[in-house]
Amino acid sequence: MSTVDITAVERPEVSSGRPWTTGRVVGIGVLALYALIAFFLIRMIVVNYDTEFVGRYLPRMLGGLWITIQLCTSAIVMGAVIAFPLALARTHTSRIIRGAAYGYVYFFRGTPLIAQAFLVYYGAGQFRPVLQDWGLWWFFRDAYNCALFTFTLNTAAYQAEILRGAIANVHKGQWEGAHALGLSKLITYVRVILPQAFITALRPYGNEIIFMIKGSAVASIITVFDLMGETKLAYSRSYDFQVYLWAAIMYLAMVEVLRRCWDKLEVRLTRHLKRSEE
Amino acid sequence: MEELIGLLAWGKDGWGDELATGAWLTIRLALATLPFGLFLGFLLALARRSDEPELVAAANVFVTVFRGLPELLTILIIYIGLDLLINEVVQLFSGERWELSKFVSGMVALGIVNASFSSEVIMGALKAIPAGQVEAARAMGLSRFYTWLFIVLPQLIRHALPGLGNLWLLLLKETALISVIALDDLMRQTNIVVGATKEPFFFYAVTCFIYLFFALASSVVLGGAERWANRGQER
Repeated sequence: MSTVDITAVERPEVSSGRPWTTGRVVGIGVLALYALIAFFLIRMIVVNYDTEFVGRYLPRMLGGLWITIQLCTSAIVMGAVIAFPLALARTHTSRIIRGAAYGYVYFFRGTPLIAQAFLVYYGAGQFRPVLQDWGLWWFFRDAYNCALFTFTLNTAAYQAEILRGAIANVHKGQWEGAHALGLSKLITYVRVILPQAFITALRPYGNEIIFMIKGSAVASIITVFDLMGETKLAYSRSYDFQVYLWAAIMYLAMVEVLRRCWDKLEVRLTRHLKRSEE
Repeated sequence: MEELIGLLAWGKDGWGDELATGAWLTIRLALATLPFGLFLGFLLALARRSDEPELVAAANVFVTVFRGLPELLTILIIYIGLDLLINEVVQLFSGERWELSKFVSGMVALGIVNASFSSEVIMGALKAIPAGQVEAARAMGLSRFYTWLFIVLPQLIRHALPGLGNLWLLLLKETALISVIALDDLMRQTNIVVGATKEPFFFYAVTCFIYLFFALASSVVLGGAERWANRGQER
């Protein structure tokens, strides 16, 4: 008579957690690499910590951050004011107006922001007598104003395209319905078309603001002391790499905060379009 | 006006050849960055779609950081930071200093920014391909590789082309920022020419139009590519 050797019975393997796939190994490897880089960067900041150094450059960089915020906010707001008539001109019945608006948008979207900034800042210097005659020299003399001017025109072109797309996206029946109700064209725009267009435009608008914040670093090249400008100045004086890390953290924080807020705003503004959960 | 046009002449009297060398470097830089950015972007897209949370997190951190940083800052951080890092490592083995090429650091910086954005486009395109396509191909006995090559890839290209085309136009413009690390691209050559001629408005305008021409030429090529990718789609 044979007995069953209890130890010889094959049992299904007890799975101990998740299997070690290639993806998991690579993922953990990369995360470990990040941790290593973060460790060295933090060590660099801690080891080189110098109250005098921080006291000298951090307030200046925060001042630069404030200039960046001012520059972007003004450019976005003033750009929006120009963008609206521009978007309407893009769909105007007159071919000349349409062509001019298209040319404007194509120029500003097709050339690098840095080239536009150079064109305005150094170009204005060349036309100094003319600008003085017109009484505009005080404006273009200041690098900050030139950056603001360039960014406003640039973002206006992008915003006009966003608006145009959003307006074109509103269903034709909305126009017809408003017309059938006897609403004038202006009222139709203000009360019917634009509110719907703004919702479509919300996401690209948020992206445009983020692009503006990132693009505004270009102002530092035409001698504006925004966050980037202060950072480059601090680096050229101290040759300490950590100032770039501070700047990176500030820019990332700005962009991430804006992105999170924008997501919240979008959820809030589109809540009437969501089907209620069962 | 004729004087100004004369400044664009080739050779010793004019500055046309200087601008042309810069433009050529801009094109080379953009073309060298594109495959690197696309490949990395593709890997990032696959990682972000994977089932492994660690891999997803690793890719997301990368994308969040390089999408949020200004390109100018990324370029400087890569140019200075990568140089520091490489020399730190090299110093462990030998005492020599190792010079990082400006072209390569520009390529790496623009490439990782481009990759972060293109991973988004590629993820969207992968999502647009119905799961039934892959299931049907597998059911018909195609190997995983052939399914990928003949079923997924052609549709991926079709869905991703418009987005990737936009990123290419963005990349062309971003190359102008490389001039800050003193690589002689079109933008920096223009600065040099302006410094010599004191005609900023004219030369910056010319440079703008060269960039516009690049954008226009790219749109024509991209339009053709999109028509090719959509050739099977009847409307």
